[in-house]
Amino acid sequence: MMDFLTNDLLLLSDSAVRNAIPLLLACLAGLYSERAGIFDIGLEGKMLVAAFAAGAFSAIAGMPAYDGGWEMGAWSVWIGLGAAIIASTIFSMIHAFASITLRGNQLISGVAINFFAAGITVLIGQHWFRMGGQTPQLREGQRFEPISLPFAESLKDVPIVGDIYYQLISGHNIIVYFGFIIVALTWWVLYRTRFGLRMRAVGENPGAVDTAGISVVKLRYSALIITGILCGLAGAYLSLGTAAAGFGKDMTAGRGFIALAALIFAKWKPISAMGATLLFGMLEAIGNKYQTLDLGFVVLPGQFMQALPYILTVVILAGFVGKAIPPKAGGEPYVKER
Amino acid sequence: MSSTTNNAGRLDAVAPAIELSGISKAFGPVQANKDISMTVAKGAIHGIVGENGAGKSTLMSILYGFYKADAGSVKIDGVPTQINDSHDAIAAGIGMVHQHFMLVDNFTVLENVVLGAEEGATLGPSLRKARKELKRLADEYELDVNPDALIEDISVGFQQRVEILKALYRQAEILILDEPTGVLTPDEADHLFRILRNLKEQGKTIVIITHKLREIMDVTDSVSVMRRGEMTKTIATSTTSPEDLAEAMVGRRVLLEVDKKPAVVGETVMQMKGLSVTDVHGVKRLKNVSFELKRGEILGIAGVAGNGQSELLEVISGIGAATSGEVLMHGEAIDVSKHANAELRRKRGISHVPEDRHQRGLVMPFMTWENTAFGYHNEPEYSGKMGLANQHHMKEDAREKMERFDIRPPNPQLVASHFSGGNQQKIVLAREIERNPDVLLIGQPTRGVDIGAIEFIHQQIVNLRDAGKAILLVSVELDEIQALSDRILVMFDGVVQGERLPENTNEGELGLLMAGVDPEANS
Amino acid sequence: MNKNLPKWVDLGLIPLLTLLLAFAVSGLVVLSIGQDPVEVVQVMIKGAFNPFGIGHTLYFTTSFIFTGLAVAVAFHARLFNIGGEGQAGIAGVGVALVMLSYDWPHWSIALLVGTLAALAFGAAWAAIPAYLQAKRGSHIVITTIMFNLIATAIIGYLVVGPMQGEGSQPQSERFPASASLPDFHEIFGWFGLEFAKHAPANISFFIALVAALLVWILIWKTRLGYEMRAFGHSEKAAVYAGISPLKITMIAMLISGALSGLMAVNTVQGEAERLLLGSVEGAGFIGIAVALMGRSHPVGVLLAAFLFGILTQGGAELQFELGIPAQMITVIQALIIMFTGSLENLVRMPMEKIFIRAGKGATS
Repeated sequence: MMDFLTNDLLLLSDSAVRNAIPLLLACLAGLYSERAGIFDIGLEGKMLVAAFAAGAFSAIAGMPAYDGGWEMGAWSVWIGLGAAIIASTIFSMIHAFASITLRGNQLISGVAINFFAAGITVLIGQHWFRMGGQTPQLREGQRFEPISLPFAESLKDVPIVGDIYYQLISGHNIIVYFGFIIVALTWWVLYRTRFGLRMRAVGENPGAVDTAGISVVKLRYSALIITGILCGLAGAYLSLGTAAAGFGKDMTAGRGFIALAALIFAKWKPISAMGATLLFGMLEAIGNKYQTLDLGFVVLPGQFMQALPYILTVVILAGFVGKAIPPKAGGEPYVKER
Repeated sequence: MSSTTNNAGRLDAVAPAIELSGISKAFGPVQANKDISMTVAKGAIHGIVGENGAGKSTLMSILYGFYKADAGSVKIDGVPTQINDSHDAIAAGIGMVHQHFMLVDNFTVLENVVLGAEEGATLGPSLRKARKELKRLADEYELDVNPDALIEDISVGFQQRVEILKALYRQAEILILDEPTGVLTPDEADHLFRILRNLKEQGKTIVIITHKLREIMDVTDSVSVMRRGEMTKTIATSTTSPEDLAEAMVGRRVLLEVDKKPAVVGETVMQMKGLSVTDVHGVKRLKNVSFELKRGEILGIAGVAGNGQSELLEVISGIGAATSGEVLMHGEAIDVSKHANAELRRKRGISHVPEDRHQRGLVMPFMTWENTAFGYHNEPEYSGKMGLANQHHMKEDAREKMERFDIRPPNPQLVASHFSGGNQQKIVLAREIERNPDVLLIGQPTRGVDIGAIEFIHQQIVNLRDAGKAILLVSVELDEIQALSDRILVMFDGVVQGERLPENTNEGELGLLMAGVDPEANS
Repeated sequence: MNKNLPKWVDLGLIPLLTLLLAFAVSGLVVLSIGQDPVEVVQVMIKGAFNPFGIGHTLYFTTSFIFTGLAVAVAFHARLFNIGGEGQAGIAGVGVALVMLSYDWPHWSIALLVGTLAALAFGAAWAAIPAYLQAKRGSHIVITTIMFNLIATAIIGYLVVGPMQGEGSQPQSERFPASASLPDFHEIFGWFGLEFAKHAPANISFFIALVAALLVWILIWKTRLGYEMRAFGHSEKAAVYAGISPLKITMIAMLISGALSGLMAVNTVQGEAERLLLGSVEGAGFIGIAVALMGRSHPVGVLLAAFLFGILTQGGAELQFELGIPAQMITVIQALIIMFTGSLENLVRMPMEKIFIRAGKGATS
């Protein structure tokens, strides 16, 4: 039993956390957007472009000068992170311009952004690195390293508590811890600040916000800037904070959509978003660990585990797990003049 | 054009609260306001009357910064003021209660009041201050509301108070109310007017937009009349009469009464027995409603909007399902379950002119010939072979209907959104009446319809009655109910509060019933 | 929306200008990766229209007509079917299952059976999202996206599992020769005309043209199409008229899925003649761009599908001639979706201003 706890469950939980972080960040990104009344199915594309920018710029920043690099050493990873945030925010602003200023169809805008990201990352990647769309393998200083929390080593041998602390809580990179801080921060912003009150209001009834003398446009743009930043973090985590250590073509692999599903599952609430993404992270961990799952009466193939998050998402969307009521003004452009 | 209303001799001593000059505004090709000038004295209650689409709301929305005028200027308390958005208007001391409330439904009263008037970046201090302030305002102006109630849980009357509180919390000196009594019972409306007089005594200036002349006569000091985007006159209320105002609104003398012979009531066509409807939120919208509908009568259903009339129409017309109860037609039960289908109702001779012609009665991007067959499109006359539509006949038929109902412009190829409200309603009416139904269900027949078309529509309804058909009329306009009905049911909170004959009742009694009070039970 | 604009502006000028904008930005992308846009256009046009290339162009066009019509039909009922990719993929499984199960005596019978299988499997894969949308209110955009991903997993399982052919390749057994469809070389030959050999364009191109005609009749001439359009404009109005939202949602999505599925006749039966991993190759998504550009009108869809056929074939040539990755087409496709879809008002708003001003001048 102890063996199962320490070896299997802890390891699974540990990789669940790692899998959950990009989902969590993207999910929170979507939360800001959708709470402000803008549908965002372009999370996938923003994450992808951020992952590419992170991988590419961290690589370039860390390269020796004779390769055209900037020789920035340990700063490279931060250059990569900054590039990811900027790239993702630019994409978010395109979505904002289409949805808010031009009052275009938000779903179509999201679809276009996803395709644009899928294409442009490979085109530019190939142009820059000539590696079939990949970015060069990142080395130390170019990626985020695990952080050992205080006393992790000394508590290591304490049964259960020490195991959990050492294996599960300690030893992640900074974006992981940051992700959990953002959950708390988002809760506070949403329910305890002026900005949060206005943002929730604009997603429910933009007319109320407008007549209260607040600019709907500015408010929604602000929310989408935050969406851009968080998607940037999510994408940067994929190329700078995982074993991939670099960008690979289509590396988001549907995570943007799973994040969207998690957002619906979480009913657009930050704490629940953490729960939902951890659950999906765990599913992915189980799928990775057990290539085929022998349940005694039936053996499930690996592809089933791969599809399981999507199947669950459909089940969730079908409302078999409680009814999710989206922000009322979501998806509809705000039109004041007749 | 503009004339200063001299209220209690304060002529020129105090600058007028509002002074608009030369305001113009166009929405695309539609000129909503044409060179409008208007002055409202400080501390006055000023009314603006006019038909639907006369430009009243547009004018006030411009004053509130919701729309931007194409031309013209605004002075507040004699000071030229540039109002670009609502923020500027609030800063200039203007508050507005919109016809459709601008509240966030899943916020508390307190959050709604604070929204946009927060004290700092965090909410705590703002909410504490607003809670105190609300209590003070409640005591001062009879504006009691529970600050922690969610908007979606309180009645429209209370929601309106929240809107007024929002304005007062922002220290508005000028309060604009757009059709404030449209959703209120006569009793709630009286309470509102008490509040307004109270505010006036405190020196606030109030502008009321309405199309109800009685209210203007009751509560205002001065009144402006608008017609087709222009301001036709401004006058002290004490020197005018409802007839004069109506004439100024329409541009000619109008008949406020309907010309009709006594009804020849025949046998019962429909029986509603114990109809109840519970909505998705578990709220009972219709509670055990029973009544009969007879040939040759117009049965009017009076009531403030949202008291179960809509649900009643939906159940009878096959749009919505009843939770319990039954409907009999010629003694035979018809399906009121969720499997009910409006098309089958039509086949049984029940036609329906719905309350909301934009959302239900018409498909706005459809051409007229497509709309004049809507709901009957599977009837043999409109059907071709193999699932095709008989478009040739649909177009011919539309042309004839447009001619008979004088629908302008008489072009069947135009899409519905091209027509004025009155002509749109005539399209729906032509479609439903020309089927020669046994029963006509008709909701808000003249909402958003110009006065000229109202007479025509009322006449059509009466003609159908005289042809021996049964008509169920739902309207929130008490005048309309009284003028048309041969029998009146009053609904309140999902129940039939009372039944009256129009000749034996009056507006006061009906108003009490609409507010849920049974005058006979009390006396 | 368009009530103030003349028809030729709404249906002609605006789509043209948005398309030009999309191409202009695509040109910038080409410049940014160090290529010459003029050369790129030349290579693409030559690649798409040379005697051999046209056979590929029309092959791709065929697929895009199907997926474009699929999206268009759903659009008329205001359903956004992003699931074409999965529906075409599963239809491919259906086609492979029937083709492998029996040695069909003549290609015409094989074509008929293959078409029916594609229709049925494509429709079936659209049925669940449609039902969940109509009955449970699940957003069809999200469910169809999920069904694309699930379809990928299923096909991945089948081509390495139960349906894997001989060898270690992730693909099925090759279909019997009798299932092979006549290609353009053969068809043109019947009439004594020339067409390059071994080009993949095949008889299903003509099925696509027939499908476009049928869709036109469905949408604009039948009572069902009338009901779909009414539902698409206003669900409340549809219910008032006695039109069942469940029925319309199901029918529109079944037709949409079936049309997507037909693509498999072109690709799986007409070209690959076996079930492959990823035989849809993004055509389901291109259908979105095709429908948007073609204004959901069958004629517009035909033109837009041809344009994308040129782009796809020309794009393949780009990779071959200039070493530009095939993702160039994804970028152009994204830009077309963006400019004709979400950024359309960039062009429409100024147009409305111009033409309303002109209209006013005429009336006053």
